[in-house]
Parts: sequence; C-alpha cells; structure tokens
Amino acid sequence: MDWTIWVEWLIKSLFVVFALLTGFAYLTLYERRALAKIQVRIGPNRAGWQGLLQPVADAVKLIFKEELTPAKADKLVFFWAPIITMVPSIVIAAVIPFGPTTTLFGRTIVFSVANINVGVLFLMAVASIAVYGIVLAGWSSNNKYAMLGGLRSSAQMISYELSLGLGFVTAILLGNSMNLHDIVDAQRNVWFAVVQPVGALIFMIVTLAEVNRAPFDMPEAEQELTAGYHSEYSGMKFALFFMAEYQKMIAISMIAATLFFGGYREFWFLKDTFLSVDAIWNIGPWQFQAWFLGPIYMLLKVVVLLFFMIWIRATWPRIRYDRLMSFGWKVLLPLSLAVVFISAVGVLVAQQFDNNWYLAIIPIFSSVAGLVAVGFVDQALRRKSYASH
Amino acid sequence: MRVIEPVWELGRGLARTFASLFEKPVTVQYPEEKREVRPRFRGRHVLKRYENGLEKCIGCSLCAAACPADAIFVEASENTDENRFSPGERYASTYEINMLRCIYCGFCEDACPTEAIVLGDNYELSFTDRRQAIYPKEMLLEPVPDAAMTTPRKVEPGVYQRSVPEMKDPQD
Repeated sequence: MDWTIWVEWLIKSLFVVFALLTGFAYLTLYERRALAKIQVRIGPNRAGWQGLLQPVADAVKLIFKEELTPAKADKLVFFWAPIITMVPSIVIAAVIPFGPTTTLFGRTIVFSVANINVGVLFLMAVASIAVYGIVLAGWSSNNKYAMLGGLRSSAQMISYELSLGLGFVTAILLGNSMNLHDIVDAQRNVWFAVVQPVGALIFMIVTLAEVNRAPFDMPEAEQELTAGYHSEYSGMKFALFFMAEYQKMIAISMIAATLFFGGYREFWFLKDTFLSVDAIWNIGPWQFQAWFLGPIYMLLKVVVLLFFMIWIRATWPRIRYDRLMSFGWKVLLPLSLAVVFISAVGVLVAQQFDNNWYLAIIPIFSSVAGLVAVGFVDQALRRKSYASH
Repeated sequence: MRVIEPVWELGRGLARTFASLFEKPVTVQYPEEKREVRPRFRGRHVLKRYENGLEKCIGCSLCAAACPADAIFVEASENTDENRFSPGERYASTYEINMLRCIYCGFCEDACPTEAIVLGDNYELSFTDRRQAIYPKEMLLEPVPDAAMTTPRKVEPGVYQRSVPEMKDPQD
C-alpha cells in the first residue's frame, strides 16, 4: 500500500465529514426558512444576508450555554449517550457513493470513503446503532419523560427497521448487488423508484420513522413528553442530539437517493448528453470525465428529498402511538414483504425471458398490492373511529 | 374512490401547504416597518399644552387619585402672572409616572378635568434600571413648537384666570 492511498482516504473522509457538518448547519436554516414559508412567515433573516449566519449564531449560543447534569443521572452513560447517537450518523455516510469511478492523476478514484461489497448491510448495521444512544440517553437522565421517549423510540425504530430492511432488499434485488456503486450503476437507464414505486414510497415513509421525524416524532413529542429523550440535555450535549437528528436526515436522504433515485447519476432526460456523469468533456487540450457532476446531482436530489421531509412536517399531524405501531406491523411490514416478493418474481421473469420489459410487471403488481393495503387502512379507520359516531 | 380516500386526504393536505409557499408572508419586519396603532390605542402618556403653549395640567391630582396602580405622583405649586406655567391658580411642579406600575388603563385620561394627560401611541418603552422607569414631567410634557411659547413665561396680568376651559364632549 503506498502513501497516496492514505491521502486519498483522508481527502475523501474530510470531504464527507465537512459536507455533513456544514450540511447539518444549513439544513437547520433550510428547514426553518421552508417551514416559515409554508406557514406564511419569513423565518430567520437577520443574521447575515438572508439569515445565512443564523447557524453560526445558534452554534455560538449553544456552546456558551450552561450544561446541566441531573444530580441523580447516571453520569457516565449520560455523557456517552449523545456521542453514541452522533457518531453513527456521520459514519453511515462512509459507504455512500457520490460520484462515478474515474481516473484522476493516473489513479482510479472511487467516490466513496469505503467501497465495500456489503455496503447495504453496513447501512443497515450503522442505522440501528443510533437507537442505543437514544435509549441510553432516556434511561440515564433519570426522568420519566426521557425514559418514555427513549422506550418509544426503541420500539418505533425496531418496528420500522424491518420494513427498512425489506426496502433495502428490494433495491438489492433490482440492482443484483449489495455494493452501492453497482446499485447506482444499475439505475443508469431507469430509476428504481420507477421500477418499484411502492417500494420507494414505503422506504420514504420508513425513513421518516427511522430518523424520528414528523409525523412519526413520537420519541420527542413536545405536547406529551416535553422533549422526550433529550429533556435533560442542554448546551453542547443537546446540540449533539440535534446534530445527530439532522445528519441522520441528510444521510437517510442520501441513502434513499442512492437506492431509488439514481444516486449520483444524472436525471434520465440528461442521459447521453454532455451533462451525464459519464460524458467526456474536451476543454482546450484537456479531456476529462464529468465526474464532478456526480456530487452536484446528489446534492440536488438530497435537497429535494429533504424538502419532502420538511413539507410533511409542516403538513401532517403526529400519528397516535398505537396507530404508529399497528401501521408499522400490520400494514407496512406485510406490504413490504409483498413488494419484495413481487420484485423477486419480476426480476426472475425478466431473466427467464431475457427481456427487461418484463420488469413492468413489478410496478403494476406492487401498485395493486399498495392499493389493497390502502383499502385495509381505510377499512380499519372506518371501523375504529367513524362507525362509533 | 372510497378506498383511496385516506391517501387522497393526505395529498390534499400537502397541496394546501404547498400552495401557501407562494403566498405573501404576513410578517411585519418590526423595527423597519411599523404597523399604525388603532385610534383608541393606549400607549405612553403625554402631557398636552394649549395652542398658546401653556400647559393644560393644573396639578389637581385627580389622575393620581384615579390611578388604580398608584403610578402617578403630582405636586402642585402656585402660578403667578410673572411666572406662569398653566392657566388658573396652580400648576404641577412635579409630575411623575412610574411606567413599571402603570397598567395603561386610561383612567387618568378620564379623570383629567382639562384633558391634559392623554395616552399616546408610543409603545416602545424600555429601561435598564428601575429608576429610569419613573418618567418625570420633562419627559412627559409635549414639546413646544416655538421657543417663545415655552413655560414658565411672563403673561399679561388678569387674562389667564380660569383653570378649567370650556370644552366640548370628548369625541373618541
């Protein structure tokens, strides 16, 4: 192993960490401005031009705030919980590809910090670590609300992780690989969100639950649990939880973009044009691949997906806890099992007849399955609430 | 259609919030933009003057008596024609309102026989010390338009004998 590989790793990991940290800071501003817009307000626009320094002001404020540790808290766990929550949210981005494989300075560069063959498995594993931090925070605070928040989040995350895993399986089946680079390359012609719309939709719903966002933000439901698992946290420790939540939002949007929306690949209508990431640009004497478009497309997709999360938060009320659970177990899980089954059958049939048009049975049948699921939800809602009136 | 109703309703909600993205924000950018106060708004008190510059306040202390929060303190002194502040016998030599105690009820305004004290439209009061909250007469008194009309001043003897003027019924 020569030394240049260390330099390459260092640069790539610095890039990812930097992107996530600044991304987090500006995501808070993005969310506040977008929410304000939706609520017909203006939002923070005082610190710097259009409020662009607001994250800095928030950071300064949080750093100088007093940090309290409750007298009867478990001090060690209380200290470590935010860190355990925070670290996986950065680590998870390690396997996400943000550009095509290309040759730079005579080296083959792979645009992800770690190009591992079981990338999807890594995502699954790291995504579930975060729940430890939340549960430990809730437990070590020695506060009933925090405890309830922690318990809720563990129950919720475990329930929805099943459907999340099945969403990953759908992408694996369609991409015929567990390597995220290969999955993105398999979407060269058509996004998996088009092939498997229901799978993509389930994935989006489940990711909302995974990152504890509205309408599944039960662990920190203000009206019921004050702030949930981070009730007792203040100052920089609270900031770590906040950071973890927003970085998980970014990471999970990146994952959704990678698995279902073509990752760093160009939009379908730009295929084979000079804006494709595979295009070779000739500028004067130089000739190079347009690899730098990869991160830009990725960013665009992430921004759109994040907007969906914010939009949903601004629109839908929080779902009741028992309904959250029964939705996860009785609707999403069977539906995602059906979706995986249909995807597997579709892929098999397409292989058997050696014609990719047979993949069209996947969206058709999974839409039918989705409609059946919606029908069941409708029936359950009518039976439970409307009928009694 | 009945089956997809739950999803349809969720979508309708999303459409409504998306539409509000393009509405004009209702926010008033406060220090730069200020909304006009209502005609009967009760803000900081002002001690009014007559058109000739004499003070309307005659130091009768009816406002202090009416004040439910006991925020007003008035001390009266004698007017002379050499040294006249207000028409009539007496004027307020001390007039103080404690803005921390005041509840802006406007009873002082109602009690005043000469319409001297009026609750204005200034709501931007601030102080960093409790002592600064006590507004003395100099702060409350309306400024004179012309330096010659300032009080105290020397006036023709025997003109300003009546302390309470003839008044119409209050309009507003």
